[in-house]
Amino acid sequence: MALTDVPTKLIYERPEVLDPRVTHYCPGCTHGVAHRLVAEVLEEMGEVENTIGVASVGCSVFAYNYFNIDFVEAAHGRAPAMATGIKRVYPEKTVFTYQGDGDLASIGMGEIVGAASRGEKITVIFLNNANYGMTGGQMAPTTLPGQKTTSSPTGRDVERQGYPIQTAELLATLQGSAYVVRRSLHNSREVRRAKQAIRTAFEVQRHNVGLSIVELLSTCPTNWKMTPVEARDWIEERMLPVYPLGDFKVSSAVADLEI
Amino acid sequence: MAKQLIKGNTAVAEAAIRAGLQAYFGYPITPQTELLEHLSARMPELGRAFVQAESELGAINMVYGAACTGQRVMTSSSSPGVSLMMEGLSYIAGTEVPVVLVDVVRGGPGLGNIAPAQGDYNQIVHGGGHGDYRMIVLAPASVQEAVDLTALAFDLAEKYRTIACIMLDGSIGQMMEPAELPPMQPLKTEIPDWAVRGAVGGEKRVLTSINLDPPAQEVMNLRLMTRWQEIEANEVRYKEYFIEDYFIEDAEYVIVGFGTAGRIALSAVRAAREKGIKVGLLRPITVAPFPKDVLEKLTDQVKAFLVVEMNSGQMLEDVRLIVRGRKPVEFFGRMGGVVPFPDEVLTEIHRLVEGPLTTEGHPRDRWLARLAETLE
Repeated sequence: MALTDVPTKLIYERPEVLDPRVTHYCPGCTHGVAHRLVAEVLEEMGEVENTIGVASVGCSVFAYNYFNIDFVEAAHGRAPAMATGIKRVYPEKTVFTYQGDGDLASIGMGEIVGAASRGEKITVIFLNNANYGMTGGQMAPTTLPGQKTTSSPTGRDVERQGYPIQTAELLATLQGSAYVVRRSLHNSREVRRAKQAIRTAFEVQRHNVGLSIVELLSTCPTNWKMTPVEARDWIEERMLPVYPLGDFKVSSAVADLEI
Repeated sequence: MAKQLIKGNTAVAEAAIRAGLQAYFGYPITPQTELLEHLSARMPELGRAFVQAESELGAINMVYGAACTGQRVMTSSSSPGVSLMMEGLSYIAGTEVPVVLVDVVRGGPGLGNIAPAQGDYNQIVHGGGHGDYRMIVLAPASVQEAVDLTALAFDLAEKYRTIACIMLDGSIGQMMEPAELPPMQPLKTEIPDWAVRGAVGGEKRVLTSINLDPPAQEVMNLRLMTRWQEIEANEVRYKEYFIEDYFIEDAEYVIVGFGTAGRIALSAVRAAREKGIKVGLLRPITVAPFPKDVLEKLTDQVKAFLVVEMNSGQMLEDVRLIVRGRKPVEFFGRMGGVVPFPDEVLTEIHRLVEGPLTTEGHPRDRWLARLAETLE
């Protein structure tokens, strides 16, 4: 490619709220994409200086290193409780949690159900990659039937190890949940849709409607033992049938919002 | 303000409000529930935050979040619920944010019962949560003292960026007594510099208890321990019952007891004094930091100590660490929610005076041996 072919007009750049540093995430992991989407939305909404994030335990434990916003770090699973404490003191601030599936759907199920049932005005960014990533790929509540992990070495046997939890569908049954959707980060079209959903989720909070949660299907090439491209395909072929994308709860108040 | 007849739990709740409590998160459990109930009405009335959490785990982590904003925050529970909070308390200690905890102690272990006890001493005073940390522990012996210590707990928690626990025996929580409540203090308007609030101007604050670099984590541990030394040097509080009335400073025997056990022991001390026995009472108000210096001084002065607790001798070990076998120490305890009568303590005082006294062996073994005789 000749130098003259390089575009001279900047059309896309790193959001300022993302710290310009190398992340600790593995190659092909979509945590970085999710971080970027949250960062872009907060910048576009002008909420950067008004936001407090709650990091969780798991691969995203160091999320606060990458965002130039105020952050606290919760114990495993307790981020929605911590966010509740902050939001109740500062109702006018934007408060969000960033949690994985082991954190939210296993050890933290009590806290997320409690927060959703109370209709806490917080936003939950929930990454589902069907395993415990940070500890090295153990079975999570979201692990698919038959999926091999380091703690289900012959594949998840539903008779002995139970069934995957469809978190979005479950939380959608609660009256305090205002906006509950599932999106995916496995291709650019879905990434754009995910960003729209994240924007809506933060707008729901801005308008004090209730709890908003975006479940994001995410890749984990390292623990799935796949190349990044194979991991993307695995979401499409294996995860989508168990975790269909869609809007599981859009309360009438949310539907009326002009976003 | 005039005194009013008020229940311990309610009095602590109202005292917390008047000390500027900004946010409360709790979960119902007997014998603590009136505290939560009072705040459920008063906090919204005052435009302050109140949440009945989904569990004690939820409550302590809500408190953790709210404490990160630098406001005055509190939770309360009773023994089994406080066990559930231990995870959060360790995180709070590791993040160095101020929190007030009220533990209305009941009989245990396990589900136990809802009667007054002091079996949480080890868990509250010597940790409970993981890692190296301490918390300030205040042990009131009356409703009035509980009220007074509530305001102090907030001040101390803030001053040292630590947890201050009011260890309220179930009896103090449930008892109605005349008490004078302090006037309403205005809410804090200044936010401490470390508190999260939104990174205005790009000035970002992160509050976390994680530190993957062991030497850096060690520095953090050293900071906590240095602060604890400062607390030990400045915040010890206790009451000596030697010089009131006929309790002249001549005690040959000293009872050590906190909270309800200390109060009951005082009745026994009065009765013994009427019989001419030169006995006094040391009642630690801060069981952490423990009143070491006064105990050291008394070790020189007295013939023997009697430790009285509503547990199997938990504070007893702290007393023995100071006395170090230089004087005889005896123990009397009731457990599982049984509250001793003053007469029982008086019997123990007589036993102390009659002897024989020894510095050998362990006082708990002698106590258990006496119980075995009783049980036979």
